[in-house]
Amino acid sequence: MAATPPVATLAGNAAPAPAVPQRRRRAMAPLEPVSPRARWLLGVAFFVLFVAAWAGATLGGLVSPTFLASPLTMVKEAWLLFTEFGFLHDIGMTVWRVFGGFILAAVVAVPLGIAMGAFKPVEAFLEPFVSFCRYLPASAFIPLLILWAGIGETQKLLVIFIGSVFQIILMVAVTVGGARRDLVEAAYTLGADSRGIVRRVLIPGAAPGIAETLRLVLGWAWTYVIVAELIGSSSGIGHMITDSQALLNTGQIIFGIIVIGVIGLVSDFVFKSVNRRLFAWSML
Amino acid sequence: MSGVDAASKLSIRGVSRTFEGARGQKTQALLPVDFEVRENDFVTILGPSGCGKSTLLRIVAGLDFPSTGRVLLDGQAVDGPGADRGMVFQSYTLFPWLDVEHNIRFGLRERGMPEAEQKERCAYFIAKVGLRGFEHHFPKQLSGGMQQRTAIARALANDPKILLMDEPFGALDNQTRVLMQELLLGIWESARKTVLFVTHDIDEAIFMANRVAVFSARPGRIKTELAVDLAHPRHYRVKTTPQFMEIKARLTEEIRAESLSAAAH
Repeated sequence: MAATPPVATLAGNAAPAPAVPQRRRRAMAPLEPVSPRARWLLGVAFFVLFVAAWAGATLGGLVSPTFLASPLTMVKEAWLLFTEFGFLHDIGMTVWRVFGGFILAAVVAVPLGIAMGAFKPVEAFLEPFVSFCRYLPASAFIPLLILWAGIGETQKLLVIFIGSVFQIILMVAVTVGGARRDLVEAAYTLGADSRGIVRRVLIPGAAPGIAETLRLVLGWAWTYVIVAELIGSSSGIGHMITDSQALLNTGQIIFGIIVIGVIGLVSDFVFKSVNRRLFAWSML
Repeated sequence: MSGVDAASKLSIRGVSRTFEGARGQKTQALLPVDFEVRENDFVTILGPSGCGKSTLLRIVAGLDFPSTGRVLLDGQAVDGPGADRGMVFQSYTLFPWLDVEHNIRFGLRERGMPEAEQKERCAYFIAKVGLRGFEHHFPKQLSGGMQQRTAIARALANDPKILLMDEPFGALDNQTRVLMQELLLGIWESARKTVLFVTHDIDEAIFMANRVAVFSARPGRIKTELAVDLAHPRHYRVKTTPQFMEIKARLTEEIRAESLSAAAH
């Protein structure tokens, strides 16, 4: 019972306890759903708690300001970043690198993945190599890429590309290869040829799964871009973070991290809602 | 029966099927089968589950290949699936990303039929299976019976030479199943299609067919053939007539013997 009160109070605020006993709602029973309102409030509550603990530790003097800036300092630093240091430009650079590298990877990987999923000889030919490459850490390529492509934009895009392309290929191949056999057979009996099967059965059937794969990999691309920017870069959120490290400006570092999180959250949300609209049938 | 029959639409000649297991052990699913289906026949293949009757149908469809023998449709050897043999499966095989109308138009589009003609054909068959008003529903928004009616319309819209049905009503509840049988029989009575229908339901086998082929337990072969001379158009009340009962009693005996031998294995 110890953990029930938050939910119980939330429900209590919404509507006074009914006089007639209803079916007892057990908030902490396994798999019992929560109302959308309670879900939202609970989600926000954790952020509030988190910031409160942070403020308590820093403003209360438990942690030295050298190591961890307080929320107030962070807000001040954030303001300075935008007004004095052109942080919007950094954000723009980072976003462009992520999307540039990611789109490049998707354009190459999705057709390859579809070909691998649909045609087993292609899969047998490419799968071992792609699986091998998937385990190569993208960040370990940075020194090589600097050697090959310098420290310009090409190198940043290539890091994202290498980090994303093999993941997308394999996941798309698995999605396409997992197509329902009975749908393929039905299409054959309706007169479809190989081309028709790929274009009108495999691809539309796998499309929601492919979109979901892209959404996941975009999230990973965000982690690669920061690493790429930490090394040999003159702009971007990652570059700002390394600069701030030299100056022991923890407020700016934390703000940079938060900005990455917020952009990631927003792009994920947009991706999800676009997928929901495009593939309404798969949500039925 | 195995001789060349001038009126024969489909002829199955010495078709058998042996499956090979992972460790090379062989399972004979089908003993050599000889069978003729005449133009406009409604033939049901009746047998216990696992007797290989679906395997035979899949071979006719071109989705599986015979180990021996061959299948001829209008004298042409079958060597793969094609639009001339429409099929309705037991599982729901509508494309979930297409609505009812576009599911029905799938084969027509594949053939490159002009859009206007596709729509016209589609509308005709939607009316025929009683789905008017559901053109823009997605398969998941339909009941099982409605999904199978769409699948029948999809197969018929392609105007196949023969309609193959693999227990299409097997997953439906009893009431829906009976209505579907009447619907299909009505279509057959008016449109005169050649139909090969696999089922394990004796009533179903008799009610729609003009010929019933009884399959033996695995390894499958055709054990008996029986003509069903009930008058058309058939009303559901035909099922309680003495003539129907007599055929049913006979088939029940045949099937019972096979089920017992299948259970003994």
